[in-house]
Order: sequence, then C-alpha cells, then structure tokens
Amino acid sequence: MKTDIVVDTKGLACPMPIVKAKKALNGLEPGQVMEVHSTDKGSVSDFQAWVKQTNHELVKHEEDNGVYKFFVKKV
Amino acid sequence: MNSTADLDIMTARELTRIVLAKEKLFILDVRNESDFSDWKIEGESIDIINIPYFNLLDGVDEALEQIPEGTQLLVVCAKEGSSKFVAEQIAEAGRTNVHYLEGGMKAWSEHLEPVKIGELHHGGALYQFVRIGKGCLSYMVVSSGEAAVIDTLRMTDVFEQFAKEHGAQIKHTLDTHLHADHISGGRTLAVRTGATYWLPPKDADEVTFDYEKLEEGHDISVGTTTIRIQPIYSPGHTIGSTSFIIDDQYLLTGDILFIESIGRPDLAGKAEDWVEDLRNTLYNRYQVLSPDLIVLPAHFGKVTELGDDGRVMAKLADLYHNNPGLNIKQEDEFRRVITENLPPQPNAYQEIRQTNMGKITPSVEEQRDMEMGPNRCAVHDK
Repeated sequence: MKTDIVVDTKGLACPMPIVKAKKALNGLEPGQVMEVHSTDKGSVSDFQAWVKQTNHELVKHEEDNGVYKFFVKKV
Repeated sequence: MNSTADLDIMTARELTRIVLAKEKLFILDVRNESDFSDWKIEGESIDIINIPYFNLLDGVDEALEQIPEGTQLLVVCAKEGSSKFVAEQIAEAGRTNVHYLEGGMKAWSEHLEPVKIGELHHGGALYQFVRIGKGCLSYMVVSSGEAAVIDTLRMTDVFEQFAKEHGAQIKHTLDTHLHADHISGGRTLAVRTGATYWLPPKDADEVTFDYEKLEEGHDISVGTTTIRIQPIYSPGHTIGSTSFIIDDQYLLTGDILFIESIGRPDLAGKAEDWVEDLRNTLYNRYQVLSPDLIVLPAHFGKVTELGDDGRVMAKLADLYHNNPGLNIKQEDEFRRVITENLPPQPNAYQEIRQTNMGKITPSVEEQRDMEMGPNRCAVHDK
C-alpha cells in the first residue's frame, strides 16, 4: 500500500503513539494515507477507537513480528 | 512550567484502602470505551466517568466540566502513561487533590490484600487474600510453622513473603479446580518453596507436569496440630471441582458457590453437561454439611460481597436463605436459569486453561494481558 507518511512510535507507550499519529495526520491532505508503527499492544484497540471517533478511515492494521502497523486514510 | 502542580501518585494498595473504607473518590478513567465498559474500578463510594485520553490530547476542558471541584480525583488508564498525561493537565488547570494510579489497571488487577478470617481450634489461623481488582480470592492456612495455600494466584511472591513474615514454611499448594479466569500460581509456588502441588485428578487429564491427586476422604495435615483439609468432590463448575473443609469450621467452595451467586458450568465444557452436577453439589452434597460452616469462595463478583475489611465470607445456612442460586426449587427451572444467564466468557479463558495445564508458557507480560478484565466465573441470576 502506498503511504504518504510513516510515523514510527516503536518503543513508545501510551499516550505517545496516538499523540504522534494525531500530529502527523493534521499535516496530511484528505485522501492521503498515514502508516503508524507501534510496539505497544495496548494501542491496537485504542487506535481503532480513536480513528473511528475522528471519522478518518482505518484502512487496515496488521502485526509484523511484534510491530503493529496501522494504515489510516485522512477523510 | 509548574510541572508538578498538585499531582500525586496513588498506589493500588492506597486505592484498596479507600474502596474498603468507603471513602469518597471521583475517578476519571481514560481508557477506550470498550475496555471501560468491560471492566472498571468499583466501590460503594466511588463515582466514575470515562473519557478516552485521545479526546483529551488538546485540552482537558471536557473533563473539567464533569469533575466536581473539591473532591479527591484519581485518573486511571491501562498502564499509567496516559493517566499521568491527563492528570498533569488537570492539575495545571488549577485543580487540587489530583492523583493518577501507579501502574494503572494492570497494577489494580494484581494487587492482593491479605485479611485474617479467623483462628484455628488448635492454634494457627486462616487468611484470605483479596484480589480486589479482579475479584479473585486465595487462602493460606498457617499452623505451627507450616502453611498451605489454596487457589494460589499468579503473584506468588506475596504468598512467599506472607509465609515468611508468619514464620511458616509453605508445604502444600492446592487448587480447587483447573482455573479458567486466572493463571494459577500453585505450581510455581510449589516449585519455589519445595511444597507439594495438589489438583483434582478429573481436571488434570491433560496436565503436563507432576502433581498429587486430591481425593475425597484424603486429609492433608498442616503443622503439627490436627488441622485437616478434607477434599469433597463437588463437580459443577468443572468436572473435578473439589471443596475443602478446614478445621471443621470453614468450607472452601472454589467456584461452585459464591456469596451472592453460584458458579457457571460452561468454561471447560458445555453448560448442559454439567448443570446436573452443579445442582447435585449445591442441593444435595452441600446440604448435608454443617449449616454453621463458614463459606469461603474463590471469587466475588460484586463489591457488595465484600464485608468488613474486605473479607468475603458467609455462613452456609445464611447462603441457603439468601443466595438466589440456592433457592431455585424446580430442576428444569434451575437448568434454564443457568444456561440462559451465562455472562460473556473471561478474557483469554482458553489460553489461561492451557497455561494452567502447562501446555503453553506465556511470558509474564503476556500472562498479565491474558488476565485483564473481570473474573466472570459466576452465573448472574438477576
């Protein structure tokens, strides 16, 4: 998947992954896609809840060797 | 920046004291909505609201509007980071008496509060360990320098330390059944202290380690006095569920009988298969025991089941009067109530059972995650 920005939050704990993702998302244009990497397992359900609430689109999320990757499309 | 404003840490132990003393406390839980609705801190004098931290990243006005001024405030999240982040902003906004929970809900889930249940006839005492956040209960019999631990929880260092402080060596660890809602510390504690680990054989078909078989009529002595632990086969929650009578005073019912409810029969099989066993245990096997026995279960489901100082206990005779699960006259009505009122299953219960059988060995961090949430071992009858 083509992404416009990659936000690396590996090693960071809550609330930093979402703080960083939110900041990055603010700088995107509608339709652009942000890819967030996190090693915080707890962030999975927080991310889903956060994106749902902001009305952006969580295109997909996956786990790759302990790294959780979220793809969020700005609406 | 006045970074420390009026901000304090609250430990799980301090929070426990507040809950038990029924002190007033306002809690702002900043986890996501589904985690909050699944499981939260409860107490008779506690007011709690939920605003996810990701709604408070740009400012805490939404929270300030809902938090009454002048009351003690505790901000809570899963691990600590987000609650500290939010609490700092609330304190910087000029609020006082602001705290965040050290270690978050993980620490709350793991805190054990030891309370004394009573003396034993020939010396020694029985203690209950209340895992207040999750609703689990362990027990320790201490007599003449020896100890036995029943339904040991994962935090085995608490039991080791307690035994040491009471000058006792742990000789036995016993599980009333193969648990599905939490990871047993029985085997680990036995290995660490050189004790014998006892399990009901009918629950242990698939275990991968050595254990001693708990069998009806087989007494286990603790100390030099005549304290006897008499196992009573009492199937229902699991096929092998076993109750213990200690010192002819106390009936440890495991997950068969609680104070305000009864055990669910479906976590290791099908409700329909075991509902008959459960009824037989509750309405026949326990009926013939002394009504003066003090019932000590392995769980509580509601904070209203916590008595003085957090003790969870009741006379068997009183439970036959007050517990709705013991007052269903017709067998088919009982079957219907049990099979139709089953709450959702505990978090990761299949993996927890596999862990307790020794089939998988998750890391400590994984074990913590598996145990998140309430115990959900009871049938809810209301």
